[in-house]
Amino acid sequence: MSAPTELLNVQIDGVWYQFKKGTRVIEACAQAGKFIPHYCYHPKLSSPGNCRMCLIEMGMPKTGPDRKPELGADGKPVISWIPRPQISCAQDITEGMGVRTDSSLVRECRHGVMEFLLINHPLDCPICDQAGECHLQEYSVEYGTAGSRFLEEKVKKPKRVELGPRVTLDDERCILCSRCIRFMKEIAHDDVLGFASRGSHTYLTAHPGKRLDSNYSLNTVDICPVGALTSTDFRFKMRVWFLKETKSICTSCATGCNTIVGSRENVIYRQTPRENDAVNSAWMCDYGRLNIHYVNSPDRLKFPQVREAQGLANVSWKTALAKAGEELKQFQRNSVAVVASAKMTNEELWLTKKLIDSLGTVYHDVVPRAGQADQLLMSADRNPNTLGAQLFGITSEYPGSKLREMTEKIASGEIRAVVALGEDLTQIGLAESDLKKLTALIVVGILPNETTRNASVLLPACAFSEKRGTMINIKGRLQRLNHATLAPGEARDDWEIIRDLLQQLTGSNGIYLIDDVFKEIAETIPEMTGLSFGRIGDHGVQLVEESEDAQPVAMTV
Amino acid sequence: MEIPAELEARIDQEITHFPISKRSAALPLLHLIQEHFGYLEDEAIEWIAQKLGLQPINILELVTFYPMLRREPAGKHHIRVCRTLSCAMAGSYELLDTFCKHARIDRQHNGHGAHSLKSEDGKYSIEFVECLASCGFGPVCMIDDDFYESVTQEEVPQLLEKYQ
Amino acid sequence: MVSTIRTPHPREKRIIFKNIDRPGWTNDIGCYLHDGGYEELKKAFTMKPGQIVNEVKLSGLRGRGGAGFPCGVKWGFIRPGGTKPVYLICNADESEPGTFKDRYIIHQDPHQLIEGMIISCYAVNAQLAYIYIRGEFPEGAKILERALAEAKEHGFLGKNILGSGFDLEIYVFRGAGAYICGEETGLIESMEGKRPYPRIKPPYFPAALGLYLCPTIVNNVETLCNVKHIVRIGGAEYAKMGKPNNTGTRLLCVSGDVQKPGYYEFEVGAITIGELINDICGGMKPGRTLKAVIPGGSSAKVMSAKDRYKLKTKQPDGTMAETEMGLEDIPIDFDSLAAAGSMAGSGGVIVMDDSRDMVWALNNINEFYAHESCGQCTPCREGSLWMKKITGRMLHGGGVEQDTDTLKSVADNIAGRTICAFGEACAWPTQSFVAKFRDEFMGTAHKKGNGNGSTNS
Repeated sequence: MSAPTELLNVQIDGVWYQFKKGTRVIEACAQAGKFIPHYCYHPKLSSPGNCRMCLIEMGMPKTGPDRKPELGADGKPVISWIPRPQISCAQDITEGMGVRTDSSLVRECRHGVMEFLLINHPLDCPICDQAGECHLQEYSVEYGTAGSRFLEEKVKKPKRVELGPRVTLDDERCILCSRCIRFMKEIAHDDVLGFASRGSHTYLTAHPGKRLDSNYSLNTVDICPVGALTSTDFRFKMRVWFLKETKSICTSCATGCNTIVGSRENVIYRQTPRENDAVNSAWMCDYGRLNIHYVNSPDRLKFPQVREAQGLANVSWKTALAKAGEELKQFQRNSVAVVASAKMTNEELWLTKKLIDSLGTVYHDVVPRAGQADQLLMSADRNPNTLGAQLFGITSEYPGSKLREMTEKIASGEIRAVVALGEDLTQIGLAESDLKKLTALIVVGILPNETTRNASVLLPACAFSEKRGTMINIKGRLQRLNHATLAPGEARDDWEIIRDLLQQLTGSNGIYLIDDVFKEIAETIPEMTGLSFGRIGDHGVQLVEESEDAQPVAMTV
Repeated sequence: MEIPAELEARIDQEITHFPISKRSAALPLLHLIQEHFGYLEDEAIEWIAQKLGLQPINILELVTFYPMLRREPAGKHHIRVCRTLSCAMAGSYELLDTFCKHARIDRQHNGHGAHSLKSEDGKYSIEFVECLASCGFGPVCMIDDDFYESVTQEEVPQLLEKYQ
Repeated sequence: MVSTIRTPHPREKRIIFKNIDRPGWTNDIGCYLHDGGYEELKKAFTMKPGQIVNEVKLSGLRGRGGAGFPCGVKWGFIRPGGTKPVYLICNADESEPGTFKDRYIIHQDPHQLIEGMIISCYAVNAQLAYIYIRGEFPEGAKILERALAEAKEHGFLGKNILGSGFDLEIYVFRGAGAYICGEETGLIESMEGKRPYPRIKPPYFPAALGLYLCPTIVNNVETLCNVKHIVRIGGAEYAKMGKPNNTGTRLLCVSGDVQKPGYYEFEVGAITIGELINDICGGMKPGRTLKAVIPGGSSAKVMSAKDRYKLKTKQPDGTMAETEMGLEDIPIDFDSLAAAGSMAGSGGVIVMDDSRDMVWALNNINEFYAHESCGQCTPCREGSLWMKKITGRMLHGGGVEQDTDTLKSVADNIAGRTICAFGEACAWPTQSFVAKFRDEFMGTAHKKGNGNGSTNS
């Protein structure tokens, strides 16, 4: 146990508060409900104090001849105010400190800085991607003026600079706050950005021939307070104020970075990181961030289909499910295999386990996806819910370890039916000819592939942004996916499809809502006792004590 | 770009002046390399970065900050005329014009912070610089490393004569 | 091109400049030793470091770079027996327009500086020191390199100097044309191989978190030279020179519209502005009258000859009383010039006569600061160039009614709100020029352009 944190007394706008020692002045003010506008300050980065937007009046307790603080009539220290305004972003609070966040001097400072930042800033807000979430715009409302006193020509700087494959720079919009430079140096450890020239002619750049191509480059776009750094992927695609923001998690690896999905009318336009210190701080990798466009693919599977003489034909859900049930009933026990996915939610996996149990087969596993881990966020496990698949017994300590036996038995004809949930069987070593040998191939998926093309029953499902559900990340944190967009055509939520398949085998089971599924899980799995979707909250719940050296799950293919 | 052994030896010697951080040798190395090659090409920037265990951007940030460092060759002889107040009061604007005329430098627009301008034959380049710190004896100028005080316009041709 | 030997004026008191322009004087160590050089170093080694710090405190020596901070107090911030190494840096980045004193010390008397540095290093226990010399002094750098080699050959540098047990190396570090490197934390960043962006204070006060985040003393050339003389005569004796709180001598650099501009050394406060101009510098040019003086380098606030100044002066009976005086009667010392609304700064006195157009002069200064702003923090980066653009437009016939007020307000929005004192340095000229010569500025609205400094040429 560490010693209790020391509390310090600080007066903010005349009211005394207590804050933990080590709190920055700007953060103490925020905690007291006094927001201090700022540009260069970012809580996850060092404080250069360069934008000067966070100037406040600061004072220290006046000391008497005995070197003790003089006390006023209220018994509190008398504050001796520093005549010059001070930045609030780089200093920690001290005992007896006084802060004025809204005095006439402070307002004057903010007006002055805003005017300075705008004189050379292009007035291209109508076509600027940052418009709507631009801090220059935001603080202009409070500290700007309608007209400009600036009669001179603006400074010319480089425009449309491709800093890297995913980031485009407009130097004229840059306010030189250096957040991006500090992020690349301090967080991404790829010191690739810097300032060239000096004075008012200073501009952001990379060395000729060096590119901002880090897998974390797009975080610079997020933290850019203005429209200088823009995402080449998102640029000019959608006005941000039209975006519906849905809290979600990234499903591209086992880290489960918390995200915000920005969508409009069922189209996802972007995914940005959402702060969660237990998972991803305020960052996410470019790979995960941009791995969203498949959701909007025109090739998405939209209708349930069954195999007829001339090929797959669209049918109703009722027909398709009935056909699937019919087929599964023919193949009991070990003549049927279930290939599930560690990209499925806990709720889907839970129902899948029930399906496996009712089929009575020992042949079930998930498909592992291994990559290279980096030192920051990306996990070697590129499946988002391997821990869930293990917890519910879909797979073992060694995900994928059963696949070889399963593929051999499929190839040899011993296994004659397969339920493939979100996975392409040709990716686990089966040839198309092997698939054709199967008597029944029931496929749940979202995009066409060799497996869907050879299905006997094809059941179109939802992408990550089209469903609710939970997943467990590599560190054992239970987190929530939320519903951002609607699935195309007649595609249905995966958990419903699996429930219905199960009903074909076992009859009605009383599950009508996904919350019912979660309730069952919470009642059965000790680690989840007492939890509900609501209790998981936006930041998730740690299911097991996080160990210092949380290792990715061992994987074999 | 080939760094001669003798230069590299001087560079290595210079680095020893900064036992705590090699990075401190960045500016001294830029001086040494510019003195040898006349300017700092991108390859030189990359060489220094590697030598000091830095990224090229760390060096580029310096090269573009300091007016005395240049990424393009200057003339064979580089003239610096002081622009700042005391020299301007003593006639440095006129002196600059006179230098340009005699050195055949087209000074259409030597705007603020502009790069130095070169004569067509490449013999001279000129730069209107900020205070050279000899304000009592203006106008002052430097030609290469040589310093001249109280320079009159009449003296310009004979001054240039010395630098062929 | 004149390269005449400049003989000292009889009213000067040359201590730091004793050897400058001295007939027969050369800058090699032989000449210096022959003249009793390095004797103060030997004396210093007979003293304890703390004693030297005390002598410097006693001397009342104030920094000669511009801010006038008491040198002994600065040294006192270094805790003896600290675990981190201490560094000393000589700030020879002489860049403040109007100031040209360090050049002559470096060129003609480098060993005086080196001796002062060695003593200072011993006093604060710095075993590694640097001379940060501005890039535009290539010859000065070479002279210093040679002088340091000579000092080392004679055992004044290196290991166990003169058997004292004290080790010291001094190296020369060349700048490359950036005024901001004269700001001590900018200088430190420059020496660390980074862009010379001044550091935020707190927490980065050099005496606590300086070079490599170790305690670091940054002193001006003239300040360090003074240390040698304080050791020679003792702090108490030194403090008898000049005036209380304004002790010692001061190097004054005079430029502009006087008959004999140049560099001079006087006891602090021994002469007035009028005496400097008329008695020492030969007066104004024929037919001209004094219009304005910038008394402490171009960032010091301009003083108008038309104004009256109220200063507290000592009366014959020993009491202090407020006296009203003209510009020419103001003594040149830290406190008097501060009381008169300007500053002694770096000792660079720029004199302007009645032919000078103040809009032109301010524009020239504004161009300097706009060029030299490092660009790190918003008010200075944006404001310095804006002010220059306004005065440039006023000068070239594009002035409008509101320019004068805009200028003042821009300057007001810079001063006091920046990371370093450059904010004040670039705002003070505009604030003072506009305040003192408002009519000239207002007169530019819709006036035809005028491209040079004289209103009548």
